[in-house]
Amino acid sequence: MGITCDFGGRYRTKAAAEFLEFLTETCESLDRVDAELVRFEQEPNNGDILGNIFRLVHTIKGTCGFLSLPRLEALAHAAENLMGEFRDGMPVTTEAVTLVLSTIDRIKTILDELETHQREPTGHDADLIERLNRLARRSDRGTQSSTRKDAPASAVQRKRADIGTSAPIRDTSLTSAGERADAEPGDRVASQSIRVNVDTLDRLMTTVSELVLTRNQLLEIVRRHEDSDFKAPLQRLSNVTAELQEGVMKTRMQPIGNAWQKLPRIVRDLSAELGKEIDLEMQGAETELDRQVLELVKDPLTHLVRNCADHGIESAAQRRAAGKAAKGRITLSACHQGGHIIIQIADDGRGLDLNRIRAKAVDLGLASEAEIAAKTDAEICNFIFRPGFSTAANVTSISGRGIGMDVVRANIEQIGGTVDLQSAAGVGTAFTIKIPLTLAIVSALLVEAGGERFAMPQLSVLELVQAGTGEHRIERIKDTPVLRLRKKLLPLVYLKEMLRLGERADGDCFVVVTQVGSQVFGMVVDGVSHTEEIVIKPMSSKLRHIAAFSGTTILGDGSVIMIIDPNGVVQALGRSVPSVQADTNEAAAADNIASDDLTPLLVFRAGSQQPKAVPLSLISRLEEIDCRRIEVSDGRHLVQYRDQLMPLLRVDTQAGIKQEGAQPILVFSDHGRSMGLVVDEIADIVEERLEIEVASDRPGVLGYAVVKGSATEIIDVGHYLPLAFDDWLYRRDAKTAPRSRTVLLVDDSPFFRDMLSPLIKAAGYHVVSVGSAAQALAAAKSETPIDLVITDIEMPDMDGFELASALRANPQTAAIPIIALSAMVSSDAIERGRAVGFHDFVAKFDRTGLVAALKEQSADLYRAA
Amino acid sequence: MHDAADHTEFVTFTTAGQLFGVPIGRVQDVFKPSRITRVPLAGAEIAGVLNLRGRIVTMVDLRRRLDLERGASDRPPIAIGIEARGESFGLLVDAIGEVLKLPNAERGAVPVNLDRKLAAVSAGVYRLDGHLLVVLDIDRVLDLRAEGVAA
Repeated sequence: MGITCDFGGRYRTKAAAEFLEFLTETCESLDRVDAELVRFEQEPNNGDILGNIFRLVHTIKGTCGFLSLPRLEALAHAAENLMGEFRDGMPVTTEAVTLVLSTIDRIKTILDELETHQREPTGHDADLIERLNRLARRSDRGTQSSTRKDAPASAVQRKRADIGTSAPIRDTSLTSAGERADAEPGDRVASQSIRVNVDTLDRLMTTVSELVLTRNQLLEIVRRHEDSDFKAPLQRLSNVTAELQEGVMKTRMQPIGNAWQKLPRIVRDLSAELGKEIDLEMQGAETELDRQVLELVKDPLTHLVRNCADHGIESAAQRRAAGKAAKGRITLSACHQGGHIIIQIADDGRGLDLNRIRAKAVDLGLASEAEIAAKTDAEICNFIFRPGFSTAANVTSISGRGIGMDVVRANIEQIGGTVDLQSAAGVGTAFTIKIPLTLAIVSALLVEAGGERFAMPQLSVLELVQAGTGEHRIERIKDTPVLRLRKKLLPLVYLKEMLRLGERADGDCFVVVTQVGSQVFGMVVDGVSHTEEIVIKPMSSKLRHIAAFSGTTILGDGSVIMIIDPNGVVQALGRSVPSVQADTNEAAAADNIASDDLTPLLVFRAGSQQPKAVPLSLISRLEEIDCRRIEVSDGRHLVQYRDQLMPLLRVDTQAGIKQEGAQPILVFSDHGRSMGLVVDEIADIVEERLEIEVASDRPGVLGYAVVKGSATEIIDVGHYLPLAFDDWLYRRDAKTAPRSRTVLLVDDSPFFRDMLSPLIKAAGYHVVSVGSAAQALAAAKSETPIDLVITDIEMPDMDGFELASALRANPQTAAIPIIALSAMVSSDAIERGRAVGFHDFVAKFDRTGLVAALKEQSADLYRAA
Repeated sequence: MHDAADHTEFVTFTTAGQLFGVPIGRVQDVFKPSRITRVPLAGAEIAGVLNLRGRIVTMVDLRRRLDLERGASDRPPIAIGIEARGESFGLLVDAIGEVLKLPNAERGAVPVNLDRKLAAVSAGVYRLDGHLLVVLDIDRVLDLRAEGVAA
């Protein structure tokens, strides 16, 4: 349940507690009525909305009567009457809605008084009540509903839950005042949840944070003593802590829609006040974030929406003149991205007046004219976040309320967020706010670079790759380091170099594959240690300008380390590195759609000056080989490559193979066989819409396309592959690599599969992940031998216990160790698990525990073998 | 006995041979910094961050802050803990001196020939016998002008 009002425990007695409850509840209800009414005005025929409003107003009225608050009750009653008329078919006019909204405002004013003085203020509301009644009567035609209006204000009608149906209200029986409280449909829902004071939750969160730190300290100590008696109980403590933390975090999560509730009303009033027509569209209201963050982001959001309505959207006449729809639109959207929530507030208005901002900046002495002239449009836009900047020639009552954009920015930055804006003249302005989901605890991977340790938020880490001289080698395309990973080239950033901690060095290192938005890149670090739950402490104000870090934290061993902000690192990638989109084999993410038409191409030269290109996805590797290693046999060029003889082909006869030095080649691989295409020079990687404009009849050339402004030959790889592989090559068997251990991961939730597979891979295992017990049984019997099974317990159809029994029953799979994953590790479940043959139990969120369990089980396996 | 209102108590310390004073009210504690984590990409005057009883303290190296680069101190470093706008800072200095109670009336204006960088953070001087004690304005010392660079 939402907690929007905090009265901080000023009321102590039971009656006072009831009163406090009333205030909180009513505050919430009123906000909802506001929003619903605005919606209703737009959709007057929507009976559901009306039903909601009716119910809310009715509840307010009921509670007021119960607590003997006559003013409030009378107001609510009159408003309810008018709402009743709407339901009976009275046309919904702006006038009527405005009147109901004013009534709501009056109720709010009285509530404010109530909160401070704990009694209703003196005064009367005859004016409003009279107008409400008059409107209601106007539609009355004298025949209907007189009973209702004449009824004493304290009499409450019992309503049907399905108020949206056409049944008139007077069909339901009038009941005595005493029965009214139990008639609300909301009561049944209410008994499922309790209200908890926000302070209590905050204290709980602080305590859990401390507990996490202490747990980490204990783990650190035990890590140093191999055979400690503490190991098992500590593992249990660790599990419980993880669950507790998860649970407490959950209690604090609220949908961002709670912070938006007031906005439809604000926009509606503004449109009336400014004489503009404005639609407010809201997307992603269900996106959840920590309540502390939610509270802090409320005001900046409201301010930005006001700003859009006031400065952004033009008047209907101006809009028509500009060829736009008369009605302006403000779009508010929210979504999760990594450990952040992205909120966008966009209008389709006139955009920022850059010239006026330039002039103002000079006026205010923020920059000289020469400096202004040198600035980009984006930089000019950012001036509006400077103190004292308000571009509206006249400060209006709407956004000129003494808070400027500088305050908005300061408020957002205070919670570790950023605000950015894009504006285009005549098209609109969009503010993008990025804030962390929670200010509290995240899981982080500890990495080392240049002798320093850093924490990487686990949420943005996709996987870890050990790079160096082995399977994954870091290659270079024109000085840009890349890593080939499953047929994709991954741009790399050397953390050490980026943080100016030293020069990059070749040799063994780790690549932390990281995702930020749609961008996937690798962060090269010297070492990777363990994951740890860290309590994020905000950055010192003196260090906040460093984009590479998002905060600091204290580790279990007491030392302070910096938390890497992947978003800041992505900026370091800059434009020098071609962006390689993250369209993994499993359907590209939705935000990739825009770039789907673009194909990354590798541009090279061979034989002639005319550029040639080949889709990057076909190339498996770029190599430079020493010319002395090229052998000629039977008129073919060959090179020893990864324990095989790899044939080298020329793109065309003009392209020569170098006699000395390093020869660049493109390596294409197919079913374990590789061939090298000899080129003169690798020029670039570009992303282009691949449209072959002129087809070619030359073998090996698909045709010509315009790539970065020059006509480019698109190479047909399919032509070269058969040329490379003769029969003698086919017979050559690929050397089988030593098999690494295979873990079968069973979980019905794709989220957990995605979260855990990289972790298991990083621990050095091969992972087969499946979504059900049935698939798991099939996989266990397939040709790939399974060394270990990790399974979820709660799964539909066949649960983890049943899966374990089934595996044990089959002699072929009976010996495979099984680790159970569970959201709840009760001693009962552990007992049952033992019986069916689980070797270990790990809590779902306990990543460290899982890796430890894996190591232990595979060590046993090793001894057994 | 002096009247408290006429006098200010200063925590004194030396850095690069210069005697400094900070009003005692601004000093939280004096501590020996251990395990300072350096912060890459931070300004030279930031020595790093450390954990002081569960609080994260940003360490400012006074020598570098004031460009008093005349060789490093041969003594183990010592720091003055300061709270400013809800954040904890530590000022790395060479050595802590005694607490001096000095009459406000004797505080002189900053001499014109004082080093410009030093003058910018000074709130006056006391001429003690043979020594010049520079009173530091802590807020100005901590004004690192780091903001504005943020993009």
